[in-house]
Amino acid sequence: MSVLKEDLVRLIDNPVGLRRRKIKNKFFHGLLFLCTIFGVVVLAFLLYDILKKGLPWLSVDFIKNFPSRFPKKSGIYPALLGSLMLILLTTVIAFPVGVGTAVYLEEYAGNNKFTEFIKLNIANLAGVPSIIYGMLGLAVFVRALGMGRSILAGSFTMALLVLPIIIISSQEAIRSVPGILKQASYALGTTKWQTVTGVILPYAIPGILTGTILSVSRALGEAAPLIVVGALSYVSFAPSSVMDSFTTLPIQIFNWASMPKKDFQNVAAAGIIVLLIILLAVNSIAIILRDKYQIRMKD
Amino acid sequence: MNKILFESKSKMQKNERVINKTLTILGMVSIFTTIGIILSLTEETIQFFRSVSIIEFFTSRKWTPMFEPANYGVLPLVMGTFLIVIFSSIISIPIGLGSAIYLSEYAPKKVRKILKPVLEILAGIPSIVYGYFALTSITPLIRSIFPSASVFNALSAGIAVGIMTIPMVSSLSEDAMMAVPDSLRLGAYALGSTKFEVSTKIVVPAAFSGIAASFILSISRAIGETMIVAMAAGSTPKLTLNPLESIQTMTGYIVQISLGDVPAGSIGYKTIFAVGTLLFAITLILNIISRNIVKKYRRAY
Repeated sequence: MSVLKEDLVRLIDNPVGLRRRKIKNKFFHGLLFLCTIFGVVVLAFLLYDILKKGLPWLSVDFIKNFPSRFPKKSGIYPALLGSLMLILLTTVIAFPVGVGTAVYLEEYAGNNKFTEFIKLNIANLAGVPSIIYGMLGLAVFVRALGMGRSILAGSFTMALLVLPIIIISSQEAIRSVPGILKQASYALGTTKWQTVTGVILPYAIPGILTGTILSVSRALGEAAPLIVVGALSYVSFAPSSVMDSFTTLPIQIFNWASMPKKDFQNVAAAGIIVLLIILLAVNSIAIILRDKYQIRMKD
Repeated sequence: MNKILFESKSKMQKNERVINKTLTILGMVSIFTTIGIILSLTEETIQFFRSVSIIEFFTSRKWTPMFEPANYGVLPLVMGTFLIVIFSSIISIPIGLGSAIYLSEYAPKKVRKILKPVLEILAGIPSIVYGYFALTSITPLIRSIFPSASVFNALSAGIAVGIMTIPMVSSLSEDAMMAVPDSLRLGAYALGSTKFEVSTKIVVPAAFSGIAASFILSISRAIGETMIVAMAAGSTPKLTLNPLESIQTMTGYIVQISLGDVPAGSIGYKTIFAVGTLLFAITLILNIISRNIVKKYRRAY
């Protein structure tokens, strides 16, 4: 308060102060704009750089080939297949558990210490570094449960990693269901479960799907936990079952980028382009699904 | 609907009970996850401290667990992580806060509508891509300015981690500033303040708890970041403050060991769990602090 008063007195005593303050404001405005535009510039440069290096290496053969000692013959097929299988399995595991937990917390759980504890626990899990999930996966799925270094072990690890995000976004979607709809449903004499499946989930599903797809796309780009779980960096066969060892796009990119031969860096850039295209496609699906369902809700 | 009417009430109640139980079990998966993390980390860590003294772990200045003579001082790894945190914060905190102030106070609606999605895209890019960017673009730039810089160095990785965490600082700080009621802003404008004065003397102090929390969360994220440092920071544990040298972070060490073929039960295998436990503890404490700051200093308007 005293600062403002001093400023005011100075303003009355010295009208020139206003001009200086205005200049200061202009300068600050410019500085802040630069801060914001920094991200845009970096993004543009990053994409340009990757496209420039990777596009000449991108071809049908690159998608169909296996990794090789020779940059020209290197391909991404096993990694692509590994990533897709992993992500599919991760979703199948994490989606029901995540949505179930969200329904439990929002509709079934009592307002008590235990519920508070679960919520706090989920918030904490969301902040655990991804590599720690890898160590959990290594100790529990790979060793204790004997799954080995398989796609299945990797998928369970990834499912636990994305679970907190799916739960939190599903909770938000469920909370957005108007209370009036729920009450109308209960007034018809339905049970809780009938209200959940007949009213709450249909209304909340666009939000739930968007949240799930966004968190799954995070899993697509993760490499650290899978390296700890033991995904191989060199796979010369296409995985055919969930018990096979595997590699994924990010790990393959990491592997290429760490090779001394300069051409492999360009191969890595081509791999990044494929990864970014898949991420873009997945995110577009999320947006399309959300928009489509939302229009239907309005009818 | 008809079918529901004919179902007996007791059967329905029984179904509800089963559903309730099932959902409770699903809700407890997250608790089992936490227990699983703690158990799997501590089990191997206790094993580790059977053969290495805890004093050596925290005080020895050398980390050479795979060589003879083996040294198990975690300080070089902690120092490596610390360097990454310093340089990423130098980038992410001012730029993130600056863009948050711009988006919340200065930006016209149209500009905001364009810039916000761009920041979101930046947040959605996998860390492996930032790692590649650090290695192939930032490092050559650094080496052209400082020819003495090594191919792998903490500065390059730190900058990349900083760029990656800008959107996090920016969006969390912006949320905090958006929550400051307009009446406070309007009051200051009525006294003749400029936008600069409203931002720095009214909005930022009022939103400070949320802003501080975003800083701490971004630091916690930088500590846990793995692929960027594994690609660009090097793999030489070193007790140094020179950002142009090759170093190794806690996460970088875990990746290095995981890439090699280390048999379960060996001391090398146990070291990654000891380092992982320390990493888990540090990030957990930071996350709890950030949540408490928000809770304690949140002002209700």
